[in-house]
Amino acid sequence: MSTRILSEALTGTSVDLPAGTPLLEADGIELRFGGTRAIDGVGFDVRPGELFAVIGPNGAGKTSIFNCISGVYRPQQGSIRFLGAELVGERPDRIAKRGVARTFQNIELFDNLTVVENLMLGRHQHLDYGVLDAMRYLGRARRAELANRRIVEDIVDFLEIAAQRKLPVGMLPYGVKKRVELGRALAMEPKLLLLDEPVAGMNAEETEDMARFILDIRSELDTAMILVEHDMGLVMDLADRVMVMDFGRRIALGEPAAVQADPAVIQAYLGEPEGST
Amino acid sequence: MEVLLPALVRGLGIGSTYALLAVSIVVIYRATEVVNFAQPALMILGAYFTSLFVTSIGLPFPVGVVAAMVAMAAVGALTERVAMRPLVGQPVFAAAMVTVGVLIVLTAVANRLIGPDILTVGDPWGLERLEFGTIAIFQVDVAKIVLSLGAIGAVGLLLKRSRIGLAMRATSLDQETALAQGVDVGRMFSLAWAMSAALAALAGMLIGTGAGGVEATTALVALKALPVIILGGIDSIQGAVVAGLVIGVAESLARAYQPEYAPWLGANFDIIVPYLVLIVSLMVRPYGLFGTPEVQRV
Repeated sequence: MSTRILSEALTGTSVDLPAGTPLLEADGIELRFGGTRAIDGVGFDVRPGELFAVIGPNGAGKTSIFNCISGVYRPQQGSIRFLGAELVGERPDRIAKRGVARTFQNIELFDNLTVVENLMLGRHQHLDYGVLDAMRYLGRARRAELANRRIVEDIVDFLEIAAQRKLPVGMLPYGVKKRVELGRALAMEPKLLLLDEPVAGMNAEETEDMARFILDIRSELDTAMILVEHDMGLVMDLADRVMVMDFGRRIALGEPAAVQADPAVIQAYLGEPEGST
Repeated sequence: MEVLLPALVRGLGIGSTYALLAVSIVVIYRATEVVNFAQPALMILGAYFTSLFVTSIGLPFPVGVVAAMVAMAAVGALTERVAMRPLVGQPVFAAAMVTVGVLIVLTAVANRLIGPDILTVGDPWGLERLEFGTIAIFQVDVAKIVLSLGAIGAVGLLLKRSRIGLAMRATSLDQETALAQGVDVGRMFSLAWAMSAALAALAGMLIGTGAGGVEATTALVALKALPVIILGGIDSIQGAVVAGLVIGVAESLARAYQPEYAPWLGANFDIIVPYLVLIVSLMVRPYGLFGTPEVQRV
């Protein structure tokens, strides 16, 4: 059992920003697929250490926002600034190197690789030796691999998946796969963590475990997170602020309680109030 | 023993060269999931460069071999950038077909460079033999075994132990997710092609040593790598080594014994032995000796 705690293993996650400066600032994002507006002029900001949730009905554009931040989609208009750098137009691997890690709605792990290998991939950018080093300085490359392996093992312990660490991910049950994906994102030592429906399809117990992990990450590492989720209970319990989307537009932004009481939100989720039509 | 041992060593020698060629194909497959049919052309160009650097320019043999490998690594990376990169995201079958086109183009270039003559790579082994009593084995076979397996071992370690190997496998499994981990997918592709072309160059040099020599049709030897990768499992380096040695030895033993014991099979029967071994073994293990069966949760 490792004696190190997560905050010792992962030291690169903290950000030092002047008070009041947002970590991520999105402004007027507009994403069109042909004639369809997937995102229609959405803007928001995420503060350091904040847990920011994005909710909305299916097709509201939540995952599209993630894809714009991580560089998979390129919005036609608007800007996304992260730690002062513009992300729109950057390649996905460069954005990942800047400290943005993500999990996927439909788990995108490497099924043929083991749990530890999947997590080591998250360390890819932290293993800063090149091909020539790998061939000449076997010593240095080896030390770097070992140090990073240790961090990966700490994450494995933290997520309570030690029993499965040598198994190919394809063989694991759904709930464990979701944890492995979270672990891989953590291994990147992200400054911003994008969680796309981390508890989708989970039972009550698995959901509770995942909520606990998210809270632990928050309290130990103070990592800013953007959470896309359908589970309203989870969002209202965890999030500092919530943005509600519908048909690609932002219809509300604020603290959970305020958002919950917002008539526009109630209408989007429950339909028109009786007698209004 | 006078027949068996030299035949075994010759089989291991040629077999390790087949293994080296097969590994050069495996390296590209593991990063891109594309079977590279252009390998024979890369091999023959590598042999040409070795001959150019050692025989024509007069560099010392080891320096010339390394220079040829470096030159071919550049050719490989360039080929990837020009011919293969535009196909990223397209079906791998389309990419494999493009490698056939690359084979045709590079073979034409190699034929033009080599011309009608047989080139020598200037190797120090020639037809020198090591004598043990009545048994004589060719030095060149020993050199083939040592250099091929050494190069394969180095590449195997690099792929297994370093972040580069893991990133390459991730790239082949899912490019988009690899990008999300900060893996520069394009760089992995060029790297795989560069490594593969350098290995092919070494194999080409080894094929050209001893009694061989390099002529345009030498490229056909590389076709033997196909039964080797299929037998070994296309994503496995150990598989390529074992299958390469098995096929080399089977071929060599057939050449040594078949004319005497089974003359009714006709002349040059040893040429089809690799394919016979392949057909029989695939009946037993369809994904090859060491290939990865699809991982599935049932």
